[in-house]
Amino acid sequence: MKKRAVFFRALLVSGFAVGMAGADENAQLVIEGETLVTKAAAPAHLQDNLDEIYSGWVFRSNETQALQLDDFDNPAFVFIDAAMDQYQQVEGSADKSCQSCHEDVEEFKGLRTQMPRIVDGKVQTMEDQINKCRTEQMGAEAWKYTGSDMTAMSALIGFQSRGMAMNIKIDGEAKPFWEKGKEIYYTRHGQLDMACSNCHEDNYGNNIRADHLSQGQLNGFPTYRLKNAKLNAVHSRLFGCIRDVRAEPYKVGSDELKALELYVSSRANGLSVETPSVRN
Amino acid sequence: MAKGVKPRVKVPKKAAAGDVITIKALISHKMESGQRKGKDGNLIPRSIINRFTCAFNGENVIDVQLEPAISTNPYFQFEAIVPEAGEFQFAWHDDDGSVYETKKKIKMA
Amino acid sequence: MTLTRRDVLVLGSGAFVSASMMAMPAFASVVDDKIKELTGGASVTEGDLDLSAPEIAENGNTVPVEVSAEGATSITIFAAGNPTPDVATFNFGPLNPSQTAATRIRLAKTQDVVAIAKMKDGSFRRASATVKVTIGGCGG
Repeated sequence: MKKRAVFFRALLVSGFAVGMAGADENAQLVIEGETLVTKAAAPAHLQDNLDEIYSGWVFRSNETQALQLDDFDNPAFVFIDAAMDQYQQVEGSADKSCQSCHEDVEEFKGLRTQMPRIVDGKVQTMEDQINKCRTEQMGAEAWKYTGSDMTAMSALIGFQSRGMAMNIKIDGEAKPFWEKGKEIYYTRHGQLDMACSNCHEDNYGNNIRADHLSQGQLNGFPTYRLKNAKLNAVHSRLFGCIRDVRAEPYKVGSDELKALELYVSSRANGLSVETPSVRN
Repeated sequence: MAKGVKPRVKVPKKAAAGDVITIKALISHKMESGQRKGKDGNLIPRSIINRFTCAFNGENVIDVQLEPAISTNPYFQFEAIVPEAGEFQFAWHDDDGSVYETKKKIKMA
Repeated sequence: MTLTRRDVLVLGSGAFVSASMMAMPAFASVVDDKIKELTGGASVTEGDLDLSAPEIAENGNTVPVEVSAEGATSITIFAAGNPTPDVATFNFGPLNPSQTAATRIRLAKTQDVVAIAKMKDGSFRRASATVKVTIGGCGG
C-alpha cells in the first residue's frame, strides 16, 4: 500500500502539474457571487488512493470554464426554464402538477447532495424519485430514464442545491450497494480491459488523445456538454464510458449503474453541487 | 413550429437615457445543419433559425443572418443604446416559417 | 503561408517557388470567392476590426467568437475550413453603439476564422484567427 501511495503522489506532482498546463490551476468557480468548492480533501473512504478531489470544471479550458460562471451564458438554463414550465403543468389521472404537492421548487434544496440514496431497501436516484412522483402521485406516465424531460427536471431539482457540499451516505443500508459500485469501479471491463480507476484515478490530469482526463466526478450532473449541446444524465455518461472501453454497457437505469452512481457520487463528498455544469 | 423552442433574453430592468447596455439572447433550437446523416444513411434536412433581430421601440439594434455553422441553441451578445423608456423586441425566424418572439420592458432609472 | 508537402508538389521544382508566389495561395479558396462576392472585388484592408476566438477549442461544436469594428455597418464571419464557409452576418442598426457582437459557432476542424467588416464609408476591413479544434479521447 505504501508503494502505491508514493506512486500516486508522484503522479499528483508530475502528471497533474503537467496536465494542468493548459488551464488556470487557481481559477475559482464563482457563480452569481457564490464561490463553489472545486478542490477538497478526499473523503475518508478514498484517502488510501487520493489526497484531493477535483471538480471536472478544474480540468476544462478557460472558454469552457467561463460558460459556467454566469447563469445566462450557461446554455443549460434554457432547459431549466423549460423544466420550470413543466413543473407547473398538470398531468395524469390525479390532475396534479409537481407544484400541487411541492409549491415552491426551492423546497428541494439539499436533496441533490444526498442522491442517490437508499429508499425501501433499494438505491433511489433522482430519476427514480421523479418517476415515483409521476406514477404514484400524479397518475402520469413514467418518463424515459435519460429522456430530455427527465434530465431537465433532474437539473431543475438538482440546481436548488447548487453550492452545497455533496454528502452521499455510504454506511448502514447503503453499504452493500456502495460496495457493489466500488467493485464495478475497480473491475477492468471490455476489449480495452480498463477500469474506471485507470483513467479517473490513475491518470486524471493526463491527456487521452486530446481529452484532458478529469477525476470523473458526478457533482455537476446533469451537465450541458458542448459535444451534443444538451443536458446529459449521469447514466448516459457512465454508459458512454463503458462503451468507450468497448465493453457491453450495463443498461441505463439498471441496478448496476445505480450502484456505480452511488459509489462514484460518494467520491465527490465535499465538493459543491454544480448542477447544471458545463463540460466539453 | 419546431418542438421545444424557448427563447431567453437578459436585459437590465432600468437604465438612464443614453446608457449603453449589454443584451444577451439565447434560444433552444437544434440548428440542424443539413450536413448530418440520420440512422437510415440519408441526409437530415436543414432546419435552422436563419434570422435574429432585436429592435427598441421599433428601431433596429441588430439584425443577424444565421447560417448552419451557428451552434445548437444560438447565443448572441451585443450592446444597445437606450434613448428612453420602452420595449426591446426580439424575434427569431425559423426555416419552417415560424417566428418566435419575446419582449422586455426597460424603465428609466 | 506555410508550405506543405502538397504545395511543393503542386508548385513543382524549387525554381518556381519564387518570393511572390510564397506570398499568395496557389489557388483562390471558396472563402476568397465568398469575400469577393461580399465586397464586389473592392480592396480589403487589415485593422480596425477585432476578432477574438480561442486558440484551442475544446469542442468544435461550440466555439465562442466575438467581433468588433467601430463604425461598421455590418460584419460577416466565415469559417474557411467548414463544408460551407458562411457563418453569420451581423447588421448593426442605429441603436447599436459599438458594432460588437459575440456568438458561438461550429468548426468542423482546425481552420481559420475570417471576419469582414463593411464600414460606413463603403470600405472593407478583414481580420482572421486560427482555431485549433481538438478531437477528444472519448468521442468528445
